[in-house]
Amino acid sequence: MGQMSGAQMICEALIAEGVTTVFGYPGGAIMHVYDEIYKQNGFEHILNRHEQAAVHAADGYARATGEVGVAMVTSGPGFTNAVTGIATAYTDSTPMVVISGQVPRSLIGTDGFQEIDAVGISRPCTKHNFLVHSLKELPRVLKEAFYIARSGRPGPVLVDIPKDITVDIGEFNYPDSVDIPTYKPTYKGNKRQIEKAVEAIKSAKKPLLYLGGGIVLSNASELVREFANKTQIPAVETLMARGVMGADNPLLLGMLGMHGNYASNMAMSETDLVISLGARFDDRVTGKLSEFAKYADIIHVDIDAANIGKLVDVDYPIVGDVTEVLKAMLPQLNGVDTARYKSWRDVLNHYNELHPQSYIDSDEVIKPQWAIERIGELVGKDAIITSDVGQHQMWAAQHYPFDRPRQWINSGGLGTMGFGFPAAIGAKRACPDKIVINITGDGSILMNMQELVTASEYKIPVINVILNNHFLGMVRQWQTFFYEKRYSETDLSFQPNFKALAQSCGGIGYDVSTKEEFDEALKDAIKQDRVCFMNVQTNRFEDVLPMVPSGGALFNMMLPETTKGDE
Amino acid sequence: MKNHIDERRVISVIVMNESSVLSRITSLFAARGYNIESLTVAPIPNSDMSHITIATKGSSRLMEQVTKQLHKLIPVYKVIEHEEMVEKEMVLAKFPIAENLADISVLSAAYNGGVVNVGEEMIIVMVADEPKRIKHFIEASQRYNPCEVVRGGVVAIER
Repeated sequence: MGQMSGAQMICEALIAEGVTTVFGYPGGAIMHVYDEIYKQNGFEHILNRHEQAAVHAADGYARATGEVGVAMVTSGPGFTNAVTGIATAYTDSTPMVVISGQVPRSLIGTDGFQEIDAVGISRPCTKHNFLVHSLKELPRVLKEAFYIARSGRPGPVLVDIPKDITVDIGEFNYPDSVDIPTYKPTYKGNKRQIEKAVEAIKSAKKPLLYLGGGIVLSNASELVREFANKTQIPAVETLMARGVMGADNPLLLGMLGMHGNYASNMAMSETDLVISLGARFDDRVTGKLSEFAKYADIIHVDIDAANIGKLVDVDYPIVGDVTEVLKAMLPQLNGVDTARYKSWRDVLNHYNELHPQSYIDSDEVIKPQWAIERIGELVGKDAIITSDVGQHQMWAAQHYPFDRPRQWINSGGLGTMGFGFPAAIGAKRACPDKIVINITGDGSILMNMQELVTASEYKIPVINVILNNHFLGMVRQWQTFFYEKRYSETDLSFQPNFKALAQSCGGIGYDVSTKEEFDEALKDAIKQDRVCFMNVQTNRFEDVLPMVPSGGALFNMMLPETTKGDE
Repeated sequence: MKNHIDERRVISVIVMNESSVLSRITSLFAARGYNIESLTVAPIPNSDMSHITIATKGSSRLMEQVTKQLHKLIPVYKVIEHEEMVEKEMVLAKFPIAENLADISVLSAAYNGGVVNVGEEMIIVMVADEPKRIKHFIEASQRYNPCEVVRGGVVAIER
């Protein structure tokens, strides 16, 4: 390709990797790169109004498409602002490359202006990171960064580039392939282990598919559906796996865990064989570990060997990509006796009839669960739903009819408030033909509300449905249950005028307090080509139920009676 | 949970020679609260890899997790949890010249070592032996009033 500057090399590498959108924010140490971005036409750059939002947007882009998301920030505070976004991507295994500027090499270690040890800070929250030492290694490092981000268990990779390297001129040869002798992810599962697991499935009486986000990352949903269909084994989904089975699938019991439904949690408590696919036994899923799947043998399929045996003892460990392992398993399950599990399915269906996912609706006030179900009815299978973190997130996970993987984008692992709006911007940019709705709360939305400006400037019409209960709702719920109703710092009665706030940034605002207004506003918002805030007044004291109190056994659920009207 | 007994363990980690590789490994231990008892690093001859030997304490379950986490680090090539190994540690000790030099010399010879330096005021000995015996040597040497003792950390090789 000839002689060029480090900054040019970065742009050329991004183009070579097929990057079409970069989310970022310029600053001193990254200016040479931004100068080259100005001159090129290979990709577009979206100027988010905060580095955290830029990384979340890249994250949303990546989750909606499966491609590597790319964010670019400057050194020092630019980088530290990005850390929450990087950590969010890390805990949910999003493939991402973050490029950060660094002070010139001669200033590193001198407490220079806007200098911070980016590789030091990001070490625990990246899959890998690089401080580039010379122009010569820059192309190889960029190539490796993309490769590491998207291969194996995906994750964010940081490339920290000193400013003087972006100015230096050198020969650009972008490598065609990567060879890292120390990094060889395992995709194919061990043949013998797979055979043993299949035997276990055939001899189980009450098997259960425990589906995790790894299925989405591996694009294995079709294979999982085929597996379930072939064997007629019932399934539960984690928060990260919503959409894998499809809402109408009769074999899907629902979501399990702290806010899982009755049948799912009972299924996990009574099963004799857990078939875990791309899930990692998170504490929000397992509850009290000693009571978790107490009567079951466990098959654990995971591409990350460190997840296997980390929390529970596993009987059939299989390190590999879910797609590859299922491809190997499926032919061995030909002619499996599906009637064998019928009485087990009957028990679970009975549980679902006994305690379905439910709430008591109201004619006076909008219930948050109603709002979510209504969105499902109005936009349903087409929309991409993002969320922030809190009650609204759990209600969305419980009540939205998710139909396909990558339809549901939320910060499940780190639980980052402020994730939803910028992630929606990224998802909408990736999928402009889809309706993108961020289901959020009056607490979370304020944590990245500056993105109204971004969405307006670039005409990215995402709809923010703010389920407004004038509370930091999830914390309030815990205070009600476990802190004798001492509502310490959770009352958000003092609020901005959300409608005017949206308008002041070039968006559209709706104040909604009845079901009719809700329908009208949502239908109108879908037609608009501008970003929207729907400020939906809901009842203040609605709880997310069922609930397994933290550290309790999964089968000890607080079940919904209806709201208690604490006012 | 089974295997919860804390035992002394020695692991070898073969890594790429990169500037930040050691900090990746030590911060992995630090972040999870695993203790490092001793750590040595040196390049492997005729390669671009280094050999790190870490002595630590923990249950077999914990060690399995440590090993897997180490494996996950991109520049880590291999992790060996030693079972049947030859293990050695080196120590340097400095004594006042006025002490009984013959005794000191015999003592260090008994622990695979000898005198390596003699100055106007001090004598320095070096010994290399199993870590347990190194401990004994240090205890035994106390009567000669050592002014300084520097342990080298464990190196191990699988038999």
